[in-house]
Amino acid sequence: MTAVTEKTAVVAADKGMTKREWIAGLVQRRGSLVVLALIVIVSTVAFDSFATVDNARNIAMQSSFLAIVALGMTFVIISGGIDLSVGSVYALGGVLAALGIQWGSLTGILLPLVVCGGIGMLNGALVAYGRLAPFIVTLATLLGARGLLLAITDEGSNTRVMPRDALLTQLGQGTLLGVGYPVWIAVVLFAVGAVMLQRTRFGHSVLAIGGSVEAARLMGLPVARRTMWLYTGSGLLAGLAGALAAAYSASGVTIVGVGFELDAIAAVVIGGTLLTGGAGTVGGTLAGVLLLMVIQNVINQIGTLSSHYQSVVSGAFLAAVVAIQAYLSRAHLGRERGT
Amino acid sequence: MTAEAVLDARGIGKRFPGVVALSEVDLTLPPGEVHALVGENGAGKSTLIKVLTGVYAPDSGELSYRGSPVRFSRPLDAQEAGISTVYQEINLVPLMSVASNLFLGREPRNRFGLLDFRAMNTAAAKLLESYGVHVDVTRPLRTLGAGVRQMVAVARAAASHARVVILDEPTSSLEPREVDTLFEIINRVRAEGAAVLYVSHRLDELYRICDTVTVLRDGRKVHNGPLKELSRLQLVALMLGRDLEQIQREGTTKFDSAPAEALETPVLAARGLTSQHRLHGVDVTVRPGEIVGLGGLLGAGRSETVRAIAGSLPVDSGAVTVAGKPVRSGSVAAAMRAGVVMLPEDRKSDGVLPDLSVRENIVLAALPRLSAGGLVSRRRQDAIVDTFMKRLRIKASSPDQKVGELSGGNQQKVLLARLLCREPKVLLLDEPTRGIDVGAKAEVQALVGELAAEGLGVVLISSEFEEVVEGSDSIVVLREGRVVAELRGADVTEQKLIAALADGGGHG
Amino acid sequence: MAETTVTQPPATRRLRDYGVYAALGILVLYNLAFTENFATLANLNTQLVQVTPILIAALGMALVIGTEGVDLSVGSVMALSAALLPLYLGYGLMPAILVALLGGALCGIFSGTLVAVVGIQPIVATLALLVGGRGLALVLADGRLKDIRNPMLLELGSGSVLGIPIVVLIAACLTLVVGFLVRYTTFGRQLVAVGGNRSASVLAGLPVRRTLIVTYVISGVLAAVAGIVATARLTASDPSAIGQLAELSAITAVVVGGTPLNGGRVRILGTVAGALLMQLISATLIKHNLPSSAALVVQAAIIVVAVLLQRPRLGGGG
Repeated sequence: MTAVTEKTAVVAADKGMTKREWIAGLVQRRGSLVVLALIVIVSTVAFDSFATVDNARNIAMQSSFLAIVALGMTFVIISGGIDLSVGSVYALGGVLAALGIQWGSLTGILLPLVVCGGIGMLNGALVAYGRLAPFIVTLATLLGARGLLLAITDEGSNTRVMPRDALLTQLGQGTLLGVGYPVWIAVVLFAVGAVMLQRTRFGHSVLAIGGSVEAARLMGLPVARRTMWLYTGSGLLAGLAGALAAAYSASGVTIVGVGFELDAIAAVVIGGTLLTGGAGTVGGTLAGVLLLMVIQNVINQIGTLSSHYQSVVSGAFLAAVVAIQAYLSRAHLGRERGT
Repeated sequence: MTAEAVLDARGIGKRFPGVVALSEVDLTLPPGEVHALVGENGAGKSTLIKVLTGVYAPDSGELSYRGSPVRFSRPLDAQEAGISTVYQEINLVPLMSVASNLFLGREPRNRFGLLDFRAMNTAAAKLLESYGVHVDVTRPLRTLGAGVRQMVAVARAAASHARVVILDEPTSSLEPREVDTLFEIINRVRAEGAAVLYVSHRLDELYRICDTVTVLRDGRKVHNGPLKELSRLQLVALMLGRDLEQIQREGTTKFDSAPAEALETPVLAARGLTSQHRLHGVDVTVRPGEIVGLGGLLGAGRSETVRAIAGSLPVDSGAVTVAGKPVRSGSVAAAMRAGVVMLPEDRKSDGVLPDLSVRENIVLAALPRLSAGGLVSRRRQDAIVDTFMKRLRIKASSPDQKVGELSGGNQQKVLLARLLCREPKVLLLDEPTRGIDVGAKAEVQALVGELAAEGLGVVLISSEFEEVVEGSDSIVVLREGRVVAELRGADVTEQKLIAALADGGGHG
Repeated sequence: MAETTVTQPPATRRLRDYGVYAALGILVLYNLAFTENFATLANLNTQLVQVTPILIAALGMALVIGTEGVDLSVGSVMALSAALLPLYLGYGLMPAILVALLGGALCGIFSGTLVAVVGIQPIVATLALLVGGRGLALVLADGRLKDIRNPMLLELGSGSVLGIPIVVLIAACLTLVVGFLVRYTTFGRQLVAVGGNRSASVLAGLPVRRTLIVTYVISGVLAAVAGIVATARLTASDPSAIGQLAELSAITAVVVGGTPLNGGRVRILGTVAGALLMQLISATLIKHNLPSSAALVVQAAIIVVAVLLQRPRLGGGG
């Protein structure tokens, strides 16, 4: 029995993709976009208040912070790693922005970027040069960053308010063409990220590292250096998102960001990025983020449903996507796994 | 000659804790030449390649590249200098496209510094087509067959304008047609003036493509010269360190297959074992009390044969029967239930559990029969462990000692004990004495003899030919996944075995 | 399969294996000397009671990590069992507990099947349940905290036998059971073998898939027990708070206790010591009026030190 399956898998691989695999591949890459479109269409018909400018603006603003965090996570996951610390770093970024703004808006934005980038770099150094598992390293910094946050806010009791008229606060609250600045920033970052991933040697080498570290090393790619910058970038983006979120709410709230890393990971994976690394798109992540946020919005629109269905749905989605991924990679790599 | 050599290694030595891997090895690669590097297991080929490509730093000796001395501290240095290597385990990224794999790290860019995919795909298609490989270069590599992937790896090496291309067993997963294509590529690379170092065990291929040959044995260079001047028999004799004249005198008789004695039911009969690229219809028959050796050079399919019998290598076709009863293929558990157990070749990665005790390692495979209600019976376990530790003379401070702390020989005995706990009918031994000291080796060999005398059927693989010849009642000789000869009775001699390996009984 | 050669110097290995006991001993001695009201029965009980839910979850985690896996879902499974409990208390305590345990077992079957049969990495397979499980718990509980009024369950949470709190007794019993399971049963041996060398286990004919699934089921059931204990202690079912970040605390306890992340060894006593150590660290810092932020930073540092000690010197890439 097994021998027969093995054989067909090899033949399929030799002759290219079977129809089933092709469909599964499409579901993985474009599934989130299709589901997103379907939900948007259905909701537009079902709820009068869904397809309004206000609601769209609302969803976009809600999505922008998670999207910025998920962008960094996308690169890390594509390289075959994971960054569990982003939730804590996000919260820390917000608090640092609120702390730094008393010395001016520039300090308010630079302080979180420097500290959060530093934490990311520490993650990267431990993973790339210390050769520790990304999962456990970023678990440690998850705790460490949360500790740092508590330390600078009198154990979380101190919520700093940011002056309304400061430039940084304006960056969070102001709008351009009716759309908030954080949304614009997220859009620009995603555009840059997409170009970086798909059209630069940097992005190409990230895909290679995630696809096969050993091959990347043998091909002479600077694996350790790249890895370190990926985690640094993830920390930077999480800090930036935190600072913008703080500016948006004009205060450095200490209780945000718990479990935020899970939302980011879920968005990345739902967006079709392989959790095992080596393949993924920035656009998919954006679709994943929007999907999560639209589902949340729709559940709110229905009103009678508990808002907690959102995580049930994303968990189910995650399991389905991951199962499809496993199916795909088994169909292709069956014989390598066999031995 | 030396002056114009692209790569010249002089007196290379490399030691690892406890082993001298290379000693005083010279290798000269002139431009436009395909140089064969041959040697049996442990001869030092892969160590030498790793020294040439900057993976290892040599302990002694000098490396000069295009006339000036060099020292590569990492693979990247060697690569940038122009030494490309195609490893046996293909070093490409399966999820990325063919074109990306060809150009990774030196992708063409447009004037904005962004990757120019159109230029890259065109160049990739052109390059592969010039080698006679027609494939959609935008397809992910993993959707292509092993042959195409190997071509891409070679093309990548060739296209990087390498001065030296090192190919490590490049044909091990190729179809004959693909081998032809590969050789065309190699010929082009040679015509462009690069030096090629070609590592392979397929003698036919060596003679087709290589100009010169270096033979390594036990970390030393034993021969260097034009390949044409050596007969196959001479080459094999050099690799194995055997006396040529003696082989010629005694070994050139014809291999008429001795009439199979059908007196006793075979305890093991494997028929037509076939597994893609690796085995092509292998038959092995073992009678109770018989030790059947598998002869062959590295890569001939010996390990694959025993793994197919033991159920750990999936087979495409073929059947295994034990004492007349068919065994479900592809399942280790089914083979074990039928009474077939295998000692794996790689003791470390497939055998011992170094952090567990001797006792736990021995009883691992026999746990169900030593347990009652899911609890391991301490008494029965201790009894069986005690028996085997005495019988196999396992030297450990106590059954509680961790296996990782034992010597190689004692680890091997622990694994044997694990197999014998299952009270097997057939014992498959893949390199049972590799890497263990002389005393332990003799003990293991004697034990195998004893077990056979008690009626077990044994299949024995060893890269040491004396061991196979001395230990076996008959020898099945394999070459490139096919049985090429069967030696019985008086024909079981080293000379005949070597002659069969080289010429394969009228096979070419 | 990555090389798991033990190439550490003996001093490092000793530190890895016994460091947690030494640290625990030093911390206890320090507290005896410098902390007021430390050596009282009340304080001892408080410390032990606080650590029980994490300890119970960590026992299952130790088994999973022993198979070279990880179970990120334990916190959510705790919440799920806490949410299931009050729904069925109407039928009596035993049926309610059974339903909660069954929920945990189902979660384990789900994760275990994804890992063993579908072939998904453990961290990924259990992530889905981590995300979805708590949501499901909150949906079941309607997002509300429910007070527990069942006297037996309350007794379970606050009662004691011979001066020892019942929950501590439960944790102690489970520790013994799991320790026994690892040491003396066929299953325990197979678990350690599968984690230590998967290909050798396959070649030795062990039931690798079954072993993996059962391991995740045990982890799920133990997490459910942890959820029940936490609910009883809290005298309320609060699915939004119970088990929050418990997976991280459990992993920390296991890793600090000296169980290597690359499988093949399960240290139950070490896990207990690891959980106690982490508990005692935060308790000590609080007693000395140091903020809980310091506790987090110290915990983070201890995790890094623990994994650095585990790292084989000639490992083939993290």
